[in-house]
Formats: sequence, C-alpha cells, structure tokens
Amino acid sequence: MSGLFEHFNFAVVIILMMVGLYVVFASNNMIKKLVGLSVFQTSVFLLYISMGKVNGAQPPIIAEEDLHGASEGGHDVVAQGAHHAAEVLYSNPLPHVLILTAIVVGVATLAIGLALVVRIREVYGTIEEDEIDALDYEINLEGAAE
Amino acid sequence: MQLMSLFPEWILTHGSASLVVVPLMLAVLTALNPSAKIAWATVLAVTALCVFTSLGLLLQVISHGPIHYNMGGWQPPLGIGYYVDSLNAPILLLISVVAFLCTIYALPSVAAEVEPKKKGPFYAAFLISFAGLLGMVITADAFNVFVFLEVSSISTYVLVGMGASRDRRALTSSFNYLIMGSIGATFFVIGIGFLYMQTGTLNMMDIARVLQDIGPNDRVVQLAFAFIVIGLGLKLAMFPLHMWLPGAYAYAPSFFTAFLAATATKAALYLLLRFTFTVFDPSWDFVATALMILLAGLGILGMLASSLQAIFQNDLRRVLAYSSVAQVGYMLLGIGMATTLGLTAGYLHMINHAMMKGALFIAAGAFWYRFGITQVSDMRGLGKTMPWTMAGFTTAGIALIGVPGTAGFVSKLTLVRAAAENGWWWAIGVIVVTSILAIIYIGRIIEQAYFHPVPEINGKPVARNEAPYTMLIPLWIMALASVAFGINAEWTTSLAEAAAHVLDAGPNTVIPGAHDVMPVVPTVTGGH
Amino acid sequence: MSPHVILRVVSKLLIPLIALFALYVQFHGDFGPGGGFQAGVIFASSIILYALIFGLDEAKRAVPPSWVRIGMTLGVLIYGGTGVATWMLGGEFLNYTYFAPQSTHAAGQHWGIFAVELGVLCTVTSAMVAIFYAFGSRAPELTDEDW
Repeated sequence: MSGLFEHFNFAVVIILMMVGLYVVFASNNMIKKLVGLSVFQTSVFLLYISMGKVNGAQPPIIAEEDLHGASEGGHDVVAQGAHHAAEVLYSNPLPHVLILTAIVVGVATLAIGLALVVRIREVYGTIEEDEIDALDYEINLEGAAE
Repeated sequence: MQLMSLFPEWILTHGSASLVVVPLMLAVLTALNPSAKIAWATVLAVTALCVFTSLGLLLQVISHGPIHYNMGGWQPPLGIGYYVDSLNAPILLLISVVAFLCTIYALPSVAAEVEPKKKGPFYAAFLISFAGLLGMVITADAFNVFVFLEVSSISTYVLVGMGASRDRRALTSSFNYLIMGSIGATFFVIGIGFLYMQTGTLNMMDIARVLQDIGPNDRVVQLAFAFIVIGLGLKLAMFPLHMWLPGAYAYAPSFFTAFLAATATKAALYLLLRFTFTVFDPSWDFVATALMILLAGLGILGMLASSLQAIFQNDLRRVLAYSSVAQVGYMLLGIGMATTLGLTAGYLHMINHAMMKGALFIAAGAFWYRFGITQVSDMRGLGKTMPWTMAGFTTAGIALIGVPGTAGFVSKLTLVRAAAENGWWWAIGVIVVTSILAIIYIGRIIEQAYFHPVPEINGKPVARNEAPYTMLIPLWIMALASVAFGINAEWTTSLAEAAAHVLDAGPNTVIPGAHDVMPVVPTVTGGH
Repeated sequence: MSPHVILRVVSKLLIPLIALFALYVQFHGDFGPGGGFQAGVIFASSIILYALIFGLDEAKRAVPPSWVRIGMTLGVLIYGGTGVATWMLGGEFLNYTYFAPQSTHAAGQHWGIFAVELGVLCTVTSAMVAIFYAFGSRAPELTDEDW
C-alpha cells in the first residue's frame, strides 16, 4: 500500500489512461471518443511532467550573474548552466518542454478530429457510429460508391 | 566517386536539414497560393529537389560513411541530431522518389478529385506529410521522431478526409484512422517517456549507450519496449492493428493513396527496425522473444488472414489495401528472423513493395479517373479500353505475385532462403500459400480486364479511353522499376545488405560529433 | 443588443490587458518562464473573448480571416527564415551563434531565439484564432432563442 503513495503520480496516470482508453473503445459517440482520446493523452502529459520533478529543487532558471560570467559564445552558457546545475539542485525542465510540444500536437489532433466530426454530422446527420454504419451498410453491401 | 561531384558541397553538409525544412517552409506558402497550377509546380520542384538531395546523401553515405548534422549547432546528446546511415538513406530516397512520381500523377488526379478551392491547402498538406515522413526517418532524437510522426499523421488525416468529395466514407475512415493513429503515437511517446526515465537522454545512440549499462533485466526498459513496439505496430499496420488501413487507403484521394501505400508504413517499419536493433539489443531475451513471436508470428498471421480477406473484397482499392497488410507481414517475417539474410529480405521487400504498390494504386486511380470504376466487377474489358494503364497494372501485379524476373520474386526468394537457413520450413510453406492467394486476388482482376468483353452502352462497346500521359509516365516508371529490380537486383540487394549490416552490428552507441566532455544531465527521479 | 452590459464593459477593460499580458509573457521569455507558445495562446484568447462577447462578425472585422491565414504563414516563414539566415551566415540550421559570432554575451543566441519566438507567437495566435473561426463560422442548427 505504501508503494501506491510513493508512486502516487503513477496511480493517477494509470487511472486516467485507463479511463481515457475505455471511453475511446466503449463509446459510440464520436465526440465522446475524442474526449476519451484527450483524457488518454493528458495522462501521458502528467506522466512526463511528474518525471521532471526533483525533490527539493528550484525552478530551472539560471541566475543573471551566471549568464554574464560566460565568455565564449552560446554553448558555454549551456555548459556553465549545466555546471551550475550540478551545485544547485534544479528540477528538470526538459519533460516540460517536450510536453509543451505534445500538447500542441494534441490540440492539433483534437481540432482535426472535431472538424471531421462536424463534417460527418453535416453529411450523415448523426455522430453515432452505429447509425453511421447502418447508413453506409447498403453502400458497402452493393459495393458501389454513392 | 565520379557521381559525387554532381552534388554541391552545401547539399552534402546541410542536405539532411534542408530535406525537412524546405518542404515544410514551402508548404505554408503553397497553402496561401490561389493557383492550383503554381501550387502543383511548387510541389514538383520541392520533391525533385528532395530526390536530388537524398540521392546525394545516399551516395555520400555509401562512399564516406554515416552523416550527422547538429540542429542549431548543439552537440548531441544535448541537441537534436540528424543522422543518416545506410539504414535510412535508401528510405529517404525511396520516399522522395515516390513523392516525386506521385506528384506528376497528381496534376490530373487532384484536378478531378479535390474541390477547386481546396487544392492549395491539399498540396500544402501533402508537403507537410512528406516532410514529416522524411523527418521521422532522418532524425536521431527519439522525441523528435514522435513530433514528426504526428506531423505526418495529422496531415494524413486531413488528406484522407479530403476524399469526402468523392465518397463520404472517407470521413469516417479518416476519423477511425485519427483515433487509432493517435493512440499509436501516444503509446509510442509513453515508451519514449519510460526510456527517458531510465536513461535521462533522448538521443537514440545515447539511449543505446545507457541501456547497455542498465542491461536487459530492468522492468521499465521492458515496458518501454512493449509500448514502442505496439505504438509503431499501429502505425505500420501490423496484423491485428491494421483496421484503420483499408478504409484510409480505399477512400483517400487516389494520388494520396498511392503515396501513402508506398511510403507511410515503410517509414514506421524503419523506426521499428531502428529501435529494436540499434537502440535496444536484439540479443536480449525479451527483444528476441518479441522479434520471434510478435513480429514473425503476427507477420505470418497477417500474411494469411489479409491475403484471404483481399480475395473477398470487391472494391479494387480495398483488395490492394488488404494485400498491403499481407505484404507488411512478409517484411515483418523477414525482420523477425533477425538473421542477416532475413533482414536483407525484409528490407528488400520494403523497397520493392513500394514500387509495386505505388504503380498498382496509380493505375487504380486512373481507372476511376476515366471510367469512375472502383469495383473489381466493373473492370470488364479494361484491357481493351485502357490497354496501357491495364498493362502497367498487370506488370506491377505480376511483380506482386512474385513471378520470376520481377522484383517481388527476388525479395520472396531471399525470404525463402532466409527461412531455409533458419530451418523455418513452415514459413516457406506459408510464403508459397500466400503467393497462391496473391495469384487469386490479382488474377481475378486481370481476368476481369482481359477475358471479359468490353461493356456496351446503348448497344455500342465503350470506346478506348487511355489515361493521360501524366498518369501513364509515373505508372510505367514504377512498373518498369519493379521489373528492372527483378532482372538486375544487384543495386537494391546491395542497399538492403548494407542496411542489414547496420542492424546486425547491434546497438549503435557511438554518438557522432559529441564533445568529449559530457554535459551534466539532471538526474531523473520519477517524482518520488 | 445589450443584455450583457456588464460583460461588455468588463471585457472592454480586460481585452487590452490580456493582450498586454501576452506581450509580457512573450518578451519575458528570455529571462523566465514564457515564450511564444504561451503568449500566442493568451493573445488569441483576447481575440476569442472579443468574438464571444461582441459576436463573430465584429471579430472578423477587427481581425479579418485573411490576416489570420497570412499570420500563420508568416510565423512559419519567420521561424524558418531565421534558420535560412543562419545557413547564409555559414552555420548549421538555427545555429544562432552565427548572428553575432564575436559577442561575449551570446548575443546571437538572444537575437535568434527572439526572432524564432516571434514567429511562434505569430503562428500560434493565428492558428488558435483560425480554429475558432473555422468552428464558429459553421451555420448553427439551433438559434440563440432555442437554447
């Protein structure tokens, strides 16, 4: 039981992930499917972000005086930042940056998905998958395009 | 090398970045372009440039070894590195060449199938999809792979959905693809997350280096491997995860289907190779088991089941789509053997299959373009009404079956040799059986086209109505390529062997161009 | 026209502040958390708020859809153009150091990231507004009274 509290973040991630996947697979409504997909993706965002936490660490912003100490071009700023990081404990910013990208990707996917649902609703008059299957059934049966 | 002098120095050093950047930047300009002709010309120019660049990179790799490129001048493993070796250089060239040939074909095909107002955005989405595929093949950064995977996937959903002006089922197919594709990509990113958690790095070579220290008994690493294989399996249409593929192939605009069928699954398959063989270690127990049972086993199941399904389809493009799933099975079988010969066979089939399937889908689009034919039963007499198109289709179809003297025969023969070397006699049996099934589903189409009379309209037989040259030329280049690679398989085989050697060498732990001083990577704790 | 007087007055006050805050987030990205993505979304939210309160047509007069399309393109071109500029200067793609190779303060890095973030701001703002316009412009099936 104590393991569960130690890895509380994983418990949350797993619950969200399963809820999301279940909604994607079990629901018939396309909007609900997209909601499930978003919940599923969000669980992964949480997984990454909780990864970046370092106990007792401060935000990963290098103080200004360190920056001015750098003398030979850009790469040394980073080298020095990394050197500095060895002394002061910073939390890991990389997962956050990765997830920023993943969020943008998620937004784009969701936008495309919703746009498709809007078009489907306009063409079929419904967004329930079983009703759409029924509408397409005859076309599929005779194999001819409309 | 003589040929190398053709390529300017700049292309050879910066080519790997320009391969992704140029299509992406011109894509946005294309989106604004009101004229479909200019948009098309832009796409043609960009794809031609990419063919040139990737050819230069391939020759450079063959003569001078792997190329690495540090994005923004940041040294890997800190920065994102692009890495070209004999494993991905041929794939880059393959994607570019297919894109170029398909673009020629796009001129009449897109004019007929896409609404006039949407042509600019259509070409733009195609360029983005193209850039995404190139990006996911060329990058050496595991998270960057995910980004490019999504870039290409999202534009693919759009492009598949644009088939709706022809058939409304494109919308539902695109939606299903979106759901499945996003789940696959998310699984992949979960796997990358677990890898990052254990190794603290995202550069593939660096991951491989750290993984060698961690060893095969780490449960998180095993979990990461499982997620990555399933995620990529969804993308490459591994047998039970292929449900999105027939719909997407059947209802997308025919130009895009040809491109998608020839390239998308190959790029995902390349990633599977890259991860299983050079990031993880194929000699580890769990990887070896996965290769043997998952890839080879599911490959075989896919070959049998999908070939059978292809026989019972009436929609021409669904026949070809199910056949694609079956052909992915051949590649997986070769890879699953994990021997040099098996890998060579799998890789060779990747190249050959792209040519054959590209030609078949182009021909299928041409039939629709002239006569509105989508069903196999409507193809009566096409051998007389569209002789050149049908001949191209037949040539590629024969190559797909694997008749001696064609590319399909070469790769299947290599696969049989690899199976015999491994002592997998039952696999040879399956290959023979599925080839017979291929004879049935391709033969059924050819029989309709050549041995049935031309249908009559108002008492007169339908007149001959050949596809335009812009369709015939790419069709015949691909069809002839699938014969030429069968008659003289030296070049393709040498490429495949070089790739197999990269894979055989096991995990690639040398980080190209990295400083001697390793930067301090903050320890990842997983949030205790 | 005026059942939402409070909303209209409050939002008129808030919209410029939101836009200003977006610029703060944008330009403070050099020294602290912030940058083009966040700023772009905040900036877009000010436009979207305007559209919600005053109607889509008003918003489209203030920020025409053609600007939005150009904005998306422009952002990508600024980003990519920065990379092309570093190519011209002889460096790798997006190697900002080449903007000011002599600098002791890594000024090239500052300029480079500044230009890139400007491109990101441009594209993200336009993309968010474009998504909103695209969905908002669909003919509603329910009139306002039926809600």
